[in-house]
Amino acid sequence: MSFLELEHVAKQFGSQTVVDDFSLAVRKGEFISFLGPSGCGKTTTLQMIAGFLEPSRGAIRLEGHDLTAVHPARRGLGVVFQSYALFPHMTVAENVAFGLEMRRVPRSQRAERVAAALAMVGLAGYEARYPRRMSGGQQQRVALARALVIQPSVLLLDEPLSNLDAKLREEMQIELRQIQRTLGTTTILVTHDQNEAMSLSDRIVVMSQGRIEQIGTPQETYERPASAFVSQFLGKTNDFAATVDRTANPARLVAGSWQAPAPVAVAGPVTISLRPERISFADVGLAARIVSRIFQGNHWLFQCETECGPALVVRQNDGKPQPAEGEAVRLAWRLEDMSVRSSGGAA
Amino acid sequence: MSTVGTTAPQAVVASSEPSAAGTPWLLSAPALMLFVGVLVIPLAMTVMLSFHDWGQYKGIEPVFILKNWREIASDPYYAEMFWRTFRIALLATAITAVLGAPEAYILNRMSGRWKGFFMLLILGPLLISVVARTLGWALLFGGNNGLVNKLLISLGLINAPLPFMFTETGIVVALAHVMMPFMVLSVWVALQRVDPQIENAAMSLGAGAFTIIRRIILPQIMPGVLSGAIIVFSLSASAFATPAIIGGRRLKVAATLAYDEFLNTLNWPLGAAVAVLLLVALALIVVGSNALIERRYAEVFR
Amino acid sequence: MRTNGPLALAFHTIFVVVMLAPIVVVCLVAFTPEGFLSLPTHGFSLRWFREIANYPEFVHAFWISLGLGMLSSFVALLFAVPVALAIARYQFRGREALMALFLSPLMIPHVVLGIAFLRFFTSIGMGGSFAALLVAHVIVVFPFALRLTLAATTGMDRSIEMAAVSLGAGGWTLFRRVTLPLILPGVISGWALAFIQSFDDLTMTVFLAAPGTETLPVRMFLYIQDNIDPLVTSVSASVIAITMTALILLDRFYGLDRVLAGKSDPGR
Repeated sequence: MSFLELEHVAKQFGSQTVVDDFSLAVRKGEFISFLGPSGCGKTTTLQMIAGFLEPSRGAIRLEGHDLTAVHPARRGLGVVFQSYALFPHMTVAENVAFGLEMRRVPRSQRAERVAAALAMVGLAGYEARYPRRMSGGQQQRVALARALVIQPSVLLLDEPLSNLDAKLREEMQIELRQIQRTLGTTTILVTHDQNEAMSLSDRIVVMSQGRIEQIGTPQETYERPASAFVSQFLGKTNDFAATVDRTANPARLVAGSWQAPAPVAVAGPVTISLRPERISFADVGLAARIVSRIFQGNHWLFQCETECGPALVVRQNDGKPQPAEGEAVRLAWRLEDMSVRSSGGAA
Repeated sequence: MSTVGTTAPQAVVASSEPSAAGTPWLLSAPALMLFVGVLVIPLAMTVMLSFHDWGQYKGIEPVFILKNWREIASDPYYAEMFWRTFRIALLATAITAVLGAPEAYILNRMSGRWKGFFMLLILGPLLISVVARTLGWALLFGGNNGLVNKLLISLGLINAPLPFMFTETGIVVALAHVMMPFMVLSVWVALQRVDPQIENAAMSLGAGAFTIIRRIILPQIMPGVLSGAIIVFSLSASAFATPAIIGGRRLKVAATLAYDEFLNTLNWPLGAAVAVLLLVALALIVVGSNALIERRYAEVFR
Repeated sequence: MRTNGPLALAFHTIFVVVMLAPIVVVCLVAFTPEGFLSLPTHGFSLRWFREIANYPEFVHAFWISLGLGMLSSFVALLFAVPVALAIARYQFRGREALMALFLSPLMIPHVVLGIAFLRFFTSIGMGGSFAALLVAHVIVVFPFALRLTLAATTGMDRSIEMAAVSLGAGGWTLFRRVTLPLILPGVISGWALAFIQSFDDLTMTVFLAAPGTETLPVRMFLYIQDNIDPLVTSVSASVIAITMTALILLDRFYGLDRVLAGKSDPGR
């Protein structure tokens, strides 16, 4: 039995459907990310789990018990907010102790657990500070300690790292993952940052316009995106219009001057999707011209104009000479690196 | 500032207590009962009072007659008194607009610290007792050799002392002073919405200082001036302390007349009629001019 | 940003001088050593401030005003805070109408309010009592208390409360430990502004006060009606000093422009 279950959950504000038919089963100890652009319903879903919003339809169950009937104060979930939502009128120690106090944990134990929680996030010695006097990164750690000290059954993180600068965010990602692994707390992270979702999660739930587009491991969602939206949202992608030539035997998949045996399942006009780093320069294949060449340290970025529209190619900087701007090239790729969808729909 | 969630629709107030439709009413209930019990009912009673009869010896008689209203309508004394009330209010409003709007503009162009300091100086009097402020004017006017007259004569503006005490002029000057902070504040708020770069933009297009004020700034702060004017006018027309102290016992305006009827003549029904008429007239003027302004400046208000 | 020219600064100087002149004159005359109204040209004297002690009705009126102001603004807040929470947090039918009703004492001329309260309290046998004054003042200062509390409530980061709820706080605990401390600056400013309004009100109170419940402005007004002498200037100067102190505290604590413009608190 799964630990946390969402079954056909939907949320409407007036006539507007913000989340629709959301079903997900989370295993104990799993790290799940809700990934999607703003307005996709990910935060709304998180707030329904936390109990700040009531689902219009569907059920949310924790260890088999219906959660929707439980007041948010009694759900025992840890929540970290985008704004950190620290109590500005309380010290760091008082902030972290608040949840324990609400649970009537004896004072002596409280101090001990607060100290342990603060040590875990690397803030030992900051007990008497007020949040206002701390940096964004430190406030974020306090918020994390405050949510974790109550030993929540599920940790809910609402864009917790979005207010940090890039370098600090990366550090916090590593730290967050370590803490989560150590404690084994089931965690749900809401984010719009695909790198964050991929580097932290066991599974990613990609959302768009209130619906789930795909649920899968980071690798699955990246390598085998279930829809055009997923492939575009998770990193850059190239789409080529192609046709299936049934007159040849066996049938062939044709995109400009590139062709290959057609997969059995497809027919008619199709779209070939593939990642920029999976394309290589070859002697035969799609004809293209290099429009611009950008050096990015460990790799090169090529913008090409092909027979089938613009394309982006990424090549490792392995020290070998690369084609110059304006040069005519041929693009090729391995068949297992592309995904083929019939145009206008999912594969 | 959205912190609840960048993705949740903003129009919806997320409630931490779901399915609590009655909660806001429960929270407002004590205040609502207080207001109905001690504001709505007394106001209704006052309207009723204005239809009651009164006699020197019989006191108030709870009947429904139009005697008081007829008296106000027929006796030119009341027409003159109301006309005076609104004339004074209108003049005071005009003075605050003509002087207050430029001052707000000047204030707004000052650097941060000076701006704060002078705002405190100009808005502060708003919270100082009206009695004390009016007393100040009474001292300044002070008969024929008051400070104001001395100053005006020494500047060569007048030859003989002007009467200020117990005159409409005095009431207008003192009222304009008392109400000035409202106008400055109202225009200042409107100025906050003006893009500070807009003057530079106009200048870069070749506009001179006067043109900028007339063509660029004035149209944008006009809603502020007008809403300030409505506030100043309605407060001036119902002012009590200033007309009572500067105007003395003879120069009556609506508020002081009602006071007289209540506490000296003891003709409560007539006093109530005067007060109700003042309330209705002001309500009509305020609502009417608000509607007019909103229609005229709909695009500026956005 | 362009700066003000000499003409603008001259206008500004005259403007400020005129704005302050009546207040300054009252304060100066209060220090006169003479027995009549005059500017203190031959040294300052506290004579007229000491004289106040010989007029127990002024001292009594001061205590009435102080007690009435503190109490009425406190009671107004007791009513206003729940209303502010309701209006800031819920969308419900009748919300606008409720707001209009609660702000209506700002729109109704104080003469009319005074008359209405006089009629009402006399007819229920409470005429001239302190209780009647208190209730009337609660109504009159309510809009001020509500506006500042509402600004603080609206500007508050709701996720802080959600965080407290997720940690197990609910109902009264949530309000006492988290919500109230967060809106406290607004509530205190609302109290201060309400206090000043109550402390300064003349027009409405003059209808309700009876000998024994006269407030300081009423006492001053009735005194001025008879004659103006240095005594009333020293009383006025004391009132101005008290208001100024409250004002400076309010400015330090909350920002005067925000208090007066009733603008919302941009999340502290």
